[in-house]
Amino acid sequence: MEYINLLYIFSTVLLIIGLRKLSSPSSAAKGNIIAAVGMGLATVVAMFEPIEGDQGNYVLILLSLLIGTVVGLVFSKKVAMTAVPELVSLFNGFGGACAVAISIIEVMKFDEAVSMGARATTYLAMFIGGVAFTGSLIAYGKLSGKVKDWKSGISSYFNLIWLALCLGLMIYEVMFMGQVTYLPMLILVVSLIYGFTFVLPIGGADMPVVISLLNAFTGIAAALAGIVYGNMVMLLGGILVGSSGTILTVLMCNAMNRSLINVIIGGFGGSSASSAA
Amino acid sequence: MLEILDYLKDNVLTINLWIITIYLGFEIISKVPTVLHTPLMSGSNAISGIVIIGAIILVRQSSPEDYLSLVIGSVGIVLATINVVGGHAVTNRMLEMFKKK
Repeated sequence: MEYINLLYIFSTVLLIIGLRKLSSPSSAAKGNIIAAVGMGLATVVAMFEPIEGDQGNYVLILLSLLIGTVVGLVFSKKVAMTAVPELVSLFNGFGGACAVAISIIEVMKFDEAVSMGARATTYLAMFIGGVAFTGSLIAYGKLSGKVKDWKSGISSYFNLIWLALCLGLMIYEVMFMGQVTYLPMLILVVSLIYGFTFVLPIGGADMPVVISLLNAFTGIAAALAGIVYGNMVMLLGGILVGSSGTILTVLMCNAMNRSLINVIIGGFGGSSASSAA
Repeated sequence: MLEILDYLKDNVLTINLWIITIYLGFEIISKVPTVLHTPLMSGSNAISGIVIIGAIILVRQSSPEDYLSLVIGSVGIVLATINVVGGHAVTNRMLEMFKKK
């Protein structure tokens, strides 16, 4: 049982090969399956690897895995092919929510012995996961027509100030832990609101690019959570998604003849984009 | 500030891995054709569900009386599983459509 950790290496390799094959047309379907096998293997190893303070709880874990599998399969079978991007966005939001959930619990466990670096990592995971979560929900709402485009002249300034507020609160909490008891909760709320206001002004036509960006965010949140747990697959898989997702976002912008900055703060119509930039 | 630097110093290996993997991710994706943008986004979205491992470890470490951790942890597992399973399944559906054409 002690050697089961070594299987993590194998699943990391599968994820890398899967992603590589996904990016060329002839092998894409095979790549998806290889990546899925890598994920499955990593999940099994996570269930059985020896960890400190193991309490079991296997019934609960298996039940949760089962529910998630059934719901995921039903969602993916029922969706119309035209509605796939919004479903991907919804899935991505769920991944972000999971990063938020685990960082909430880890933040609650903090005591004086936890180093400043570990605290900073956990809060960053919470912030980035939170932005990916609410941002993806808004992107989902926009693509499915539930949320209307809304744009005001001050929204980009508001977002800059709000981002500074998020970062400021996090730095304060990391430097002076526990001085204000409700601060961790406040950081969570402020991060969730930032994800909302970040995506809201972006035009509906730019949503695929934004979803790709938020996907990269989820990857980074997973990588940060991987540092918190000292888990190499989470770390490597997360960074892999984070970096490839960022490049993919840039490529998608190029395909649309726009720049990423333009998509994020611009919000101009597609045709006027080049003259405005 | 010094404490942060100490933390970075203690994790040099991890930082090296970050840098190499970031470069690897860039290289893997840089030549993807436009038709594959959406399936690739969907597939890599499924991989970002790797955060599920964190939720599993969290639940394994929670004491059976600690209901808050158990509930939040299992909700995390459910959500991340939806991301992983649904993501791969929907990518598969998309790619099968390519094959027929």
